[in-house]
Amino acid sequence: MTEFLTYNFIQYALIACIMASIGCGIMGTYVVVRRIGFLAGGIAHSVLAGMGISYYLGGAPLSGAIIAALVASILIGWISLKWKQNEDILIAMFWSVGMALGIIFISRTPGYNVDLMSYLFGNILLVSGQDLMLMLLLDIILFVLVSVLYRQFLVASFDEEFARLRGINVEFYYILLLCMVALTVVLLIQVVGLILVLALLILPAASASQFVSSIRHMMTLAVIFSLIITVSGLIISYEPDLPSGATIIIIAGVFYLLSIAVKNTIKKAAER
Amino acid sequence: MGIIEVKNVNFAYVREPVLENINLSVSAGEFLGIIGPNAGGKSTLIKLILGLLKPDTGSVSIMGMPITAARKHIGYVPQYPTFSRRDFPINVRDAVILGRLGLAPWYKPFSVRDQAVCQQVMQAVEIEDIAMRPLGTLSGGQLQRVLIARALTTQPEILILDEPTANIDVRVEEDIFGLLKQYNEQMTILVISHDVGFISSYVDRVACLNRTLVCHNTEEISGKTIEELYGVDVRMIDHAH
Repeated sequence: MTEFLTYNFIQYALIACIMASIGCGIMGTYVVVRRIGFLAGGIAHSVLAGMGISYYLGGAPLSGAIIAALVASILIGWISLKWKQNEDILIAMFWSVGMALGIIFISRTPGYNVDLMSYLFGNILLVSGQDLMLMLLLDIILFVLVSVLYRQFLVASFDEEFARLRGINVEFYYILLLCMVALTVVLLIQVVGLILVLALLILPAASASQFVSSIRHMMTLAVIFSLIITVSGLIISYEPDLPSGATIIIIAGVFYLLSIAVKNTIKKAAER
Repeated sequence: MGIIEVKNVNFAYVREPVLENINLSVSAGEFLGIIGPNAGGKSTLIKLILGLLKPDTGSVSIMGMPITAARKHIGYVPQYPTFSRRDFPINVRDAVILGRLGLAPWYKPFSVRDQAVCQQVMQAVEIEDIAMRPLGTLSGGQLQRVLIARALTTQPEILILDEPTANIDVRVEEDIFGLLKQYNEQMTILVISHDVGFISSYVDRVACLNRTLVCHNTEEISGKTIEELYGVDVRMIDHAH
């Protein structure tokens, strides 16, 4: 175990777990209470289009990912505000067309390479120092925005009609929230890849929601849960050389089921 | 000039008119009850007054201003069965103080005064003892009080309530209307109700709405028995205004 910690890439991977957990605990909370998991999934998968285009043009895939995620979240947010009735179909379209675009661009890039797999499924063991700096920056942006606009996000998530009557620009905060979810997706891609992002965004927060009665506490608990899930996934996958992203997601799923069981046990004990 | 002026308003969601040629002038300090059958347009009229819907023709003005400018002077209590976010992780106090949002610039945290207003309203509405309880654990009557407290915390000139006592037992209903009567000394109140006999002892005037609107002073009906009031109500529903 101590030997395990002396490797540079393991230290980087652990730091990446911490960075990703902060973002995913904070934003996952909003995704869960606003029930926008499907939208978040659409945003996550459209990111591949940005990465592919960026690849094709010879740029850094992560910067392409950030741009694509922001564009996708603004478009998807606008769609869900304007065409509520066809929301699910339009988002499903974004989801699949985004991925298809990404794959086409990547296939047209000379020297088509293995990195595609690591973006689809993540490779936390390949995180670089530069990636960590970017993750730290994204975390800081998310943290500052949520701290300053906590009440606005709260009222807009809790009771949209009331928020509107209090003069809160509900549409603006909705799109801003989706943009922040988009940044979180980029943050998590390093750890679990974009196909598995959704699970890490939702499951720790959904587990936390079983035990709290405020958004603030839900965020804190979700960060802690997420940290437990990612770090234990990393450790468990190490020895048998399992794919770390997939291992982390399976643990997240088990963790969520356990949290429901624990909650039910507590409830039954309280009723007795 | 009334504090609320609804002039020649027509409104349809699709094609079938929901409201036809509505004229309503509410004077400052009035306690107005709005009654009428289901799907008679009561909630729609409220949404037009709140500016959540726009009239197809006609105009609505509040305190002589367009609605969007006057919104911060209106407190609104939604119908609680339609208030679906009971599983939201929030406690009573945090929900009530949200009524103070939108009064100060967006970046300013809640002030000592905001906290004090919230505290005082929770006292008046008698929800102080459940201040730290999660919303999901409240009874219907308690949740209704929380929603009223949240609206009062905005310190409105006009308070609008949509069926505040639907699905609540009679004792609590009396408590809530008694409370509203007290607040009526400081503000204009509009309340939608299904129970004309009950509200007529609290309100100054009753607006009867079934696509079209007719107002009745409570004096016109105050001398009659509850039974007759229901009779009047039924006849009102039947007749075409």
